[in-house]
Amino acid sequence: MKNLTYKTSFLCIALLSLSCSRDEGDLQPATFPNTAEIFTDVPVGLTDQFFVSFDPAAGANTGGFGTDDNEAYEGTTSIRIDVPSANDPDGTFIGGIFEDRGVGRNLTEYNALTFWAKSSITATIGTVGFGDDFQSNTYAASLNDIPVSTGWEKVIIPIPDPSKLLNERGMFLFSIGSQSTGGAGFTIWLDEIRFENLGIVAQPLKKALDLQVVFNVGGDEVAVNAAAGYFDESDFDFAPTPPARNAADVVSIFSDAYTNVQVDNYNGFFQFATTQGGATSIGDENFISYTDLNFVSINMFNSPDVDASGMTHIHVDVNVREAVNAGDFINLSIINNDGGASPSDGFVSLGSYGSLREGQWVSYDIPIADFGGLAGINDVDLIFFVSDGTISNVLVDNVYFYR
Amino acid sequence: MKTIKNQLFKNLTLLLSLSIAISCGETVELPNRQYELVWEDNFDGTTGDSPNAANWDFETGTGINGWGNQELQNYTNRPENVSLDGKGNLIITAIQESFGGSNYTSGRIITKDKQEFQYGRIEARLKTPFSQGLWPAFWMLGADIETVPDNDETTVVWPQAGEIDIMELRGQEPSTIAGSIHGPGYSGGNAVSSDFILDDARFDTEFHVFAVEWGPDFIDFFVDDQLYQQLTPESLPEGSEWVFNKEFFILLNVAVGGNYVGNPNDNSRFPQTMTVDYVRVYQ
Repeated sequence: MKNLTYKTSFLCIALLSLSCSRDEGDLQPATFPNTAEIFTDVPVGLTDQFFVSFDPAAGANTGGFGTDDNEAYEGTTSIRIDVPSANDPDGTFIGGIFEDRGVGRNLTEYNALTFWAKSSITATIGTVGFGDDFQSNTYAASLNDIPVSTGWEKVIIPIPDPSKLLNERGMFLFSIGSQSTGGAGFTIWLDEIRFENLGIVAQPLKKALDLQVVFNVGGDEVAVNAAAGYFDESDFDFAPTPPARNAADVVSIFSDAYTNVQVDNYNGFFQFATTQGGATSIGDENFISYTDLNFVSINMFNSPDVDASGMTHIHVDVNVREAVNAGDFINLSIINNDGGASPSDGFVSLGSYGSLREGQWVSYDIPIADFGGLAGINDVDLIFFVSDGTISNVLVDNVYFYR
Repeated sequence: MKTIKNQLFKNLTLLLSLSIAISCGETVELPNRQYELVWEDNFDGTTGDSPNAANWDFETGTGINGWGNQELQNYTNRPENVSLDGKGNLIITAIQESFGGSNYTSGRIITKDKQEFQYGRIEARLKTPFSQGLWPAFWMLGADIETVPDNDETTVVWPQAGEIDIMELRGQEPSTIAGSIHGPGYSGGNAVSSDFILDDARFDTEFHVFAVEWGPDFIDFFVDDQLYQQLTPESLPEGSEWVFNKEFFILLNVAVGGNYVGNPNDNSRFPQTMTVDYVRVYQ
């Protein structure tokens, strides 16, 4: 009956409202509290649960989180995090989130999340940030590998775009393992976690394709990992769209413009390869992102044969995400299996067809005949990108054969 | 009597040696110097124009040994490097580009032989660039400086000519500026100098007013009307000569790299601009 009463009352109010003539302009947007503090000596405005751990099934250790009345940067109490060792049977890392106990906070008047940290030994905090409440991470932001030492030091995480944070529930996130201590467990204390508006945080530079916003914080460049929600379409500089072609004139390996062949993967993580990453997307745009590149291949040897016979060129768009220095190179290599009959391969250096450029898409159209030693492309199994570490971070798009 | 609150002082060692005791929070009373505006350039004009040739000349090229400091930029008179923005500002832009054997270009303008002053309040309102390796400056040199070796007895070499740095900033420290004087026996790394540091603010995000008030036996340094350094002949190393009782000219420039600031690195951002609202002289 109680529920019924509420519903009836709501209906009456709704009817009353409908009976009035009111412009949309009269409606006031909902506002949310702008509380800055997250933890002082106690959690401020957080859920009763305070700390919500990452999934133990994924290796998160839920046992090391608490408070400490014997350590504090200010006041009486800090957060104490006992980071597990690499062989802890209860989980090898600790991490999770703090959630706002209400419907969220308006953080538009702040430009940074800050806190003080110290550690029992010199170490790093793997990831720390905000904007994730395990239901939504539209405006998640984080920093990686924050150094901490045995003295209290202030950590500043610039907010990629405060105007987006009208109603944010994910107040804090951390994830810490023992990678920086050779597998040894240690203790980290955190105190005075709050949002602030700092005059030394300035000069935001959006790097949308890297999902980062770089700030200058008191003279230091700080690259904040920023969720795609912080960026508008105009922020992105995607690879140019390839021209329309008849299906018979193109064999596409990776492109949003054409129908792609089946591919095993975009990074086989071969032995001795340091390369991380692979295919990724922002919105409807797909592209390949490689980091720590030494060599990597797009692999098709377990897929149906890729027959590019009759195609005269291979196209690839490349965007180097770091300074291009003298001696830097990327070689493009094709390995054709020919059904196992007479495998062959050949390579070219992309720089011979146009300079690689930092932060710019460069389109390469390379005659197949230039791949010396490549006897055919009737069963293409691998397409390699090889830099030998001279270039570590690169985006790739629109890989296709055509005629 | 003019009262100026002194709030932020660094380099206490130097300040403690001054005859006027100054410490944080104290009030320093200066005489009313009854200055009146005698010259100004508000950089009014059309977008892309060069600064008024009646006031300013360009200094171009790489100088000798990177303008004496191993600086990396090639100064040009191109509007890409020095021009008015059409909104009442002068823009000096440092660009990372290949030009005449250098990897950076920038701008340096001077009032030599056009607007020279002895004594008064010399001030500029400007916003600095930032980033590792950027070195913006608003400064003065003695008008009798010898620019090329000659037998002209009316000119003298640096540092005998004297130098007053009203503002210089290391781009990697965007909250700190330095005010300095250079002369014989106190030049280069041994200049008489103090820093002024903003509290939770920066010089590259807002305009600030940088000034000296200069007389026969004093040079007072200000940021936004906060006095932070008072220099007199007694401030110099013992036996050194006070070389500031003559005409000086004004310089505005943005250097890249060099001994004072270090070179840019992979994190340095280009292009970088210094935006100057005005330069004014009161006497």
